[in-house]
Amino acid sequence: MSAAIEIEGLVKVYPGPPAVRAVDGVDLQVHEGETFGLLGPNGAGKTTTVGVCTTRVRATEGVARVAGIDVAAEPTRAKAHMGVVTQFNTLDRSLTVRQNLYYHCRYFGMSRRRSHQRAEELLERFRLEDRAIGMTIALSGGMAQRLQVARAVAHRPRVLFLDEPTAGLDPQSRIALWEVVEELKAEGVTVLLTTHYMEEADNLCDRVAVVDHGKVLVLGPPAELKRSLGAETVITLHLADASGLVPRLEALPGVVRVEPATEGLRVLASSAGGLVPQVVEAALPHGLADVAVTEPTLETVFISLTGRELRD
Amino acid sequence: MTDTTTGDPPAGAVPGHPGTDRVHAGARWAFVGLLSRDIAVLWRNKGEFLGRTVIQPLLFVFVFTYVFPKIGQTIPGAAGTSFATVLVPGLVAVAAVFSGITAVGLPLSVEFGATREIEDRAMAPCPVSVVALEKVAYGALHGLASALVVFPLVLVVPVTPVTVHVANWALLVVVLVLACGIAGALGLTLGTVVKPEKIGLMFAIVVLPLTFLGCVYYPWQQLAAVRWLQVLVLLNPVVYVCEGMRNALTPFVPHMATWASLGAMVLFFALLLGIGMARFYARIVT
Repeated sequence: MSAAIEIEGLVKVYPGPPAVRAVDGVDLQVHEGETFGLLGPNGAGKTTTVGVCTTRVRATEGVARVAGIDVAAEPTRAKAHMGVVTQFNTLDRSLTVRQNLYYHCRYFGMSRRRSHQRAEELLERFRLEDRAIGMTIALSGGMAQRLQVARAVAHRPRVLFLDEPTAGLDPQSRIALWEVVEELKAEGVTVLLTTHYMEEADNLCDRVAVVDHGKVLVLGPPAELKRSLGAETVITLHLADASGLVPRLEALPGVVRVEPATEGLRVLASSAGGLVPQVVEAALPHGLADVAVTEPTLETVFISLTGRELRD
Repeated sequence: MTDTTTGDPPAGAVPGHPGTDRVHAGARWAFVGLLSRDIAVLWRNKGEFLGRTVIQPLLFVFVFTYVFPKIGQTIPGAAGTSFATVLVPGLVAVAAVFSGITAVGLPLSVEFGATREIEDRAMAPCPVSVVALEKVAYGALHGLASALVVFPLVLVVPVTPVTVHVANWALLVVVLVLACGIAGALGLTLGTVVKPEKIGLMFAIVVLPLTFLGCVYYPWQQLAAVRWLQVLVLLNPVVYVCEGMRNALTPFVPHMATWASLGAMVLFFALLLGIGMARFYARIVT
């Protein structure tokens, strides 16, 4: 299978003091047409990894290839194949919404006529026609982000990088953006997405790499990662005092693992059938304030791997 | 190169140019695209451009060469010419050089620091240096436009006689090209060095001294009377632009030797371009 993005032995050290090892030996292959997620907390090295792929960050060690092109050796050629949406609004504030699209096409070598056509197509497709002659400063967060994605795909890149695309968006705009990504995926665009929202990685991505401290902790399809926990149910207990409870819970049939959680304990179980009453009974003497029964999520995976929550 | 097909170019490709040609074609097209974007923005804000280009020199010539003679406070010029004549090359030079700061330096400082708009333009399929060079080219064009706007103004407004004589048109062209190049390169350097919140400060500690100590209002040779100042101002690139312009437009007014002003302009252009390009790259690629 051909790789749209290949990252080999990537290391990035920002010189200090203190020197920061933002990416610490990452190897990844993102297949053609795949939507791939880098999931991890802030500071995990996601944005730096994307920065290297998009020619903005020079790797200390290792190689990144996009569409088969070494981005460090041939940044200009590589840039022609990629679209980038950063986590900041980088729209051209001196131009109208339509002009943002038109001039982007011009930068990528399209003729005037073709650039106009393409801008109109994108305005329609991303539902921005009403705003075409307005300045970008007047756009809502969701619309601005849609325009950024429209602009990023205007030159029909093979690979689209979305760095925290829904950070700061309201839930409705977030879902609208997910739909856009699904559509692009259906068209065969390879998407590399960074996020610290596990729902986003879960809903959109074919495969996810969970990253922390510049390293890939685990990599695979979301369902597989969740399965790897060996649990079908997560019972979260809010407790006043958890001391001495762990061995009692672990002795219950069906309990796979018990982990400390922010306000109590997290019980991973193979199935919930009949287990919840037993867990509650055991926990009551420990000041049980609340109990939540959920399916495992990518967040559970992250917590199991790091002992921390994603949004610590 | 034209868009020859009805469909889209293949993903990422510049139409019509496969393989490595694409790189060069891409760089050229990106440059043209970026420049046409800047010119479109300038055209939209043409009123603003005129206002900011005209007001300062207009007030200057109005007060010193219209009002002053009328109220009997005449300032003598150099070598038997009027003060209005001395001002012509100086004000044209300053208009050109400082439009580089307003056209390139100020927006760039904000695009780097506050809005991060530059991050998108840096993704255009061309070397980062081309994005920087486009800014220099735009600053130079803007400088030329400013010089052309200011020139008739400083001829017409004064009540005292103004004498301009271009003895050597080639010299004028060379001086104009170098002045505009310095404008763009100075804009690039300041735009990549100065943080947006320090722009006000930059005007006070960079622009004003460069102007007042730039031989704008007096020929450099007259400074012989204040020898230490005459030596000190040689660090100021505006001096050479004004002296070059003086040489080209009013050769009968004392001015610096041609080789000195042109040579220094070339050096300052190369220096500012070098610093600006290096800073630009360093801020885009970490």
